[in-house]
Parts: sequence; structure tokens; C-alpha cells
Amino acid sequence: MARDDDTLVQLLTPDGERVDRAVGPDGVEYSVDLTDDEYRGFYRDLVTVRRLDAEATALQRQGELGIWASLLGQEAAQVGSGRALRPKDMVFPTYREHGVLYCRGIDPIMPLSLFRGVDQGAWDPHETRCGMYTIVIGAQTLHATGYAMGITMDGKVGGDDGEAAIAYFGDGATSQGDVNEAFIWSAVYTAPVVFFCQNNQYAISEPIERQTRVPLYQRAAGFGFPGVRVDGNDVLASYAVTRHALDHARSGQGPTLIEAFTYRMGAHTTSDDPSRYRPPAEAEAWRSRDPIARLAAFLRKQQIADDSFFAEVDEQAKAEAVHLRERVLAIPDPAPDSIFENVYPHGSPLLDGERARFNAYRQSFEGSAH
Amino acid sequence: MATEVLTLGKALNTGLRRALDRDPKVVIMGEDVGKLGGVFRITDGLQKDFGENRVIDTPLAESGIIGTAVGLALRGYRPVCEIQFDGFVYPAYDQIVSQVAKMHYRSRGMVRLPIVIRIPFGGGIGAVEHHSESPEAYFAHTPGLKVVTCSNPADGHTMIQQAIASDDPIVFLEPKRRYWEKGEVDAEAEAYPLHSARVARPGTDVTVVAYGPMVRTALDAATAAAEDGRELEVIDLRSLSPLDLGPVHESVRRTGRCVVVHEAPSNVGLGAEIAARVTEECFYSLESPVLRVTGFNTPYPAARVEEEYLPDLDRVLDAVDRTYGW
Repeated sequence: MARDDDTLVQLLTPDGERVDRAVGPDGVEYSVDLTDDEYRGFYRDLVTVRRLDAEATALQRQGELGIWASLLGQEAAQVGSGRALRPKDMVFPTYREHGVLYCRGIDPIMPLSLFRGVDQGAWDPHETRCGMYTIVIGAQTLHATGYAMGITMDGKVGGDDGEAAIAYFGDGATSQGDVNEAFIWSAVYTAPVVFFCQNNQYAISEPIERQTRVPLYQRAAGFGFPGVRVDGNDVLASYAVTRHALDHARSGQGPTLIEAFTYRMGAHTTSDDPSRYRPPAEAEAWRSRDPIARLAAFLRKQQIADDSFFAEVDEQAKAEAVHLRERVLAIPDPAPDSIFENVYPHGSPLLDGERARFNAYRQSFEGSAH
Repeated sequence: MATEVLTLGKALNTGLRRALDRDPKVVIMGEDVGKLGGVFRITDGLQKDFGENRVIDTPLAESGIIGTAVGLALRGYRPVCEIQFDGFVYPAYDQIVSQVAKMHYRSRGMVRLPIVIRIPFGGGIGAVEHHSESPEAYFAHTPGLKVVTCSNPADGHTMIQQAIASDDPIVFLEPKRRYWEKGEVDAEAEAYPLHSARVARPGTDVTVVAYGPMVRTALDAATAAAEDGRELEVIDLRSLSPLDLGPVHESVRRTGRCVVVHEAPSNVGLGAEIAARVTEECFYSLESPVLRVTGFNTPYPAARVEEEYLPDLDRVLDAVDRTYGW
């Protein structure tokens, strides 16, 4: 699908030029006014999440992770939206939101534990205000909507101290019934929820043309709420648009659909091969819109950062990645009989019996040739 | 006022009302549950008394009902979802088995989803297709879900309150053909544990295992058998997952004969599980194989022939006779 620049909210051009303000297709004028420290903070986030992601990809290639879903290319969409969240907002991610998790302060080892197969993504949603990864496509959009209905029922909406929920999903998910049901539900209940769609142009191998005949952000109009398309490779615009949508939600004005127009530079996961379904020139064209390069260019032009800053950020990101690698390799496997734990809050006699027989069976091998 | 005579439908309505009264976090949600009071009127009058935020009329989308209930539960609510008919639960099946059933496990116990999914189930009311199914095996097969069903007003009244109070996600099956049958409900009676089977009629000769709508059929068969001098022991399972087979095993050890009755098709159904486990536990007590009396392995038939499909008193008695043929 051709990019339609008239509709794309952009505050930082691919060359690193700051756009003062941009009017979205929703008629809203978007801008940001950040301190130098905040600009540098965005840069640090982008570089760090890319470096951690690269480390995870390497770990998968070395057989230390079963699979990895890389965020390469989508850092700005995730960091921009992630930094727009307030502590009380609740996040409902899919399975590629490592950058959002990073912004939520979740230890980066958590998603790696999931993909290594030592757990199933068990960070505490209540404490982190971030739900677990959802692999069934789009299911979490309904969870976000229900949660947002609860915010309204709790009276935590309607002012600046209100709360909001945000659901992350991809372009493929917009074909799912659950996502469309979430749109209907959130509209009719004016639920304080933001739908953040990272349109990375592919659902595994299926291009966006296989999901829609209209730009995704335009779908929102049919459900009765605003839709806006943002340059997902522009961290400033992603931040501004998400911040506005969250404010819109928490002040009681209901949902917004954000389509972050971006590109998945790598494979869907380490299991597929994009060369089978994507022309090489396409990725090359997107490389010129790289989210990190453009922010670096801006920082240099504005003399917000110098060589020593960039070198220090690289060093710090590398150190974090090395530390992460060491910790991943040291994660112990769970105890065999932990498979029986937490199936039910109140337990089950069937499982109690199975667990006892399983342990007795295992113990029967102790001291034997097995 | 301790004891009242109520229909099962009214007993469930009273139980829901008490649950709403007791805990402000309990919310009822579903299609037509508000102003209409549900197509079977089980939620009759509740929205009027508790408001639109406690008894929520939803858009017409079953996956949405369960999916938003997950979010509400994460927010601290205790949703009670009504699926209008058994045959309409399948659009919500993914949310139930992939999300509701697994989130406690995936989160290592950090997330609890105290969701009750009420489903009127089974046939015998002359409905059109998709309105008379018995989907219990799908849910009982799913780890992380608990599945219960009531067979009489007293159980309906207490079990719905127990299910709502439980932190386990529970599929609550209501035998729709029994909604209008009356029985005594003692609001002050001590509650029987939710996941326990109970002996509905003691007997010495054959153990008949049933649940939901078939308990009445089994009891009628027992009355008829008694006239011929055979004492059937009828066990109402009440809980389908977990199964409380202790009372069944104990009974079969005495009777030596066992017949399992359910409306659902026999193939890979609850009866197969019960037969296997009774055989394992009671092998040396059995005088004959465990027999099943079930619906046939067809889609639910048209209303004019559903009486041919549904197990009735005669088919139960025939199976009882056959247990004496070995």
C-alpha cells in the first residue's frame, strides 16, 4: 500500500528535520515540546531496545531461545507509545512489544524467559500494569476493552487523574473478529481504551493488501471513534499521538485507533524467511526511514548530543545486553512437577493425584540405571 | 421463610440476586439480560434493582462477552456471563479455552479470573437447531476450567452462589428443560460443597450416574424399577470437572453394576471417562461392564424427533436390564 504522506502524522522527517506541528486525519494538531534530556532519553531507549533485541536474536541463533519475535524497525512506535503511558495506565500487549515492556520497567529477561521456554511470560500484570504476552491474535483487545469498562465503572475516568488501557496488535489482527468486537464494545460503552496497531506491513508472509482494502486507521470511523495514522518510525510523533489518545480516553471521550505505519525489518519470528515473500528493495527503502538514524541526525543538528554521548549510549546498551545474555544462560529450568502448579486457584483432586503418581514414578528411577 | 418452593429458574434468579447483593464486584453480563431479564428470565428484575453497571446488556457477540469479562476480572470484578443458548457458545470458545482457562497457569498464579459462564444446555424444549446442545465435554476436557451443573432448584440456588464466590473460572450449565420444575429451596441450609457428587436416591442393585437434566430421568427410572423390585442408586454428579467419583466408586463396589446417563453423544463424552475410571477403581467388584445411555452421535435432531434422541426412562431401564445379562 502506498504511503499517503498527507495523512501521516510526522514530527521528525527521515532526514532528522523537526516538523513543528502536524495535523492528523482526526483534525487534531500534534506537537511535542521536550527538553534536551528527554530527547536524549528517547534516543537511549531506542538504542537499548534495539541492542537487547539483537542479543535475543543472537541467543536464538545459538540455540538458547526456542524462537524470537524481533522488534527490529518498530522501536520508535513502541518507545514513543510506551513513554506516553502513565504509571496507572494498563497495557495489553501481543508478543512483540519488548520495547513497550522496557518502558514499563519490566526486566528484559521476562520475554526471553517466555521464548526460552522456562515460563509462559509470567510477569505480574497487577504490579507492572502490563498484561502478559498474548499469542492468539487480537484476543487481548477485548481484555483491554473490558478492563477499560472497569475503569469507567470504578469512576476513574473523566478527568486528568483518569486511567486508560492500551491494546497493542498488528495489521494482521485487524482481520480478527475479536478486534472488531473490541472496536464495537469500546465505542458503545465509551471505554477509555487506545488501540495501538503497529502496521508493520506483514502478517507473517501475508502483506497488508491481504488484510484490508482501506487504510487501517480509516476503519475507526465506521465504529464511531477517531482513527489516526502516525509515522511509526518517528518516536516523537508516536509519543505525541499516543499521549493525546490516552488523554482523550482518560478524560471520558472514548477510544482511539492509532495506526503506527512502520516496517518489520526482520522476519516475523526467527522461524520464517522474509526473502521468500518480500522484495529486497522494499526493506532497503525502509532502511532510509530508520527510527534511530533520524533521531541521531536531529540530535546532532540541534547539538543536543555529541560523539561522546552516542558512544556512551552504545556502551551502556552493549553492557546491558551482555548482562542480559549472562542472566539468560543462568536461568534454571523449572522443577518437573511444577507443570502441575497453578492450574486452578483452588486446586483439583484430579491433578493432586496425577502429581503424586508422577513424582512416585520419577522417584522409582532414583539410584537405578536410569 | 427458610424454605420456599421455587422453580429452578426462580431459584437461580434468587441465587444471582443474593450474589449481587453480597459483593459489589459481581456483575452480570450478556445478551438481553437487562430489560428483558434474559430469554429464560433467569435475570428477571436484576437490572431494575442493581442498575446498568451491574447487569450489563451487551452487544451481540459471544467472544466479546467472554473477552471483556477477562478484562473486567483483571480489574477486580467478578463477571457472570450469560451465553444465551448452548449452541451459541462456540464463537466464545477461543476466549474460554485459550484465555479464561489458561491465564492463572501462565501467570504462575498471579492472575485470577473469577468468571462464571452460565449456559442453558440440553434439549427437550422443542427448540430449533443450535438451541439444544450438550457441549460439556469440550469444557470438561480443558484444564483450567471447572464445569458444574445443577439438577434441581435447591442446588441451582446454592451452586450459582458458590460458583460466583469461587476464584476458579467455572462453566455453569443449566438444564433448560428443568427451568420450570419446582422444588424446595432452603436459603439457610448448610451449603453442600460445590465440587461434590451426591446420592440423589439410595439403592442396592445398580448404580445410575447422571447429571443435569438426566437426574430427573434417572430418578423416574428408579421409581419404575422399584415397582419391579430393583433398587437403583442414583448419583447426581453435580461437578463434571473435576469429577467427584468417590461416591460412584463406593456405590459400584456395593452394587457391582453401573449405568451412566447423559444427553450428549457417547463418543469421547463424559460417560467414557466415567466408565474408564469406574473400571480402574472397581474392576473386581463389577458384575458387568459399565454401560452408557446417551444421545446419539448425530447433530442434535429436529424438535419433532428429539424424544427419539434423548435418553428416557425406558432406555435407562433397558440398560439396567442389560447389566444383568453378563
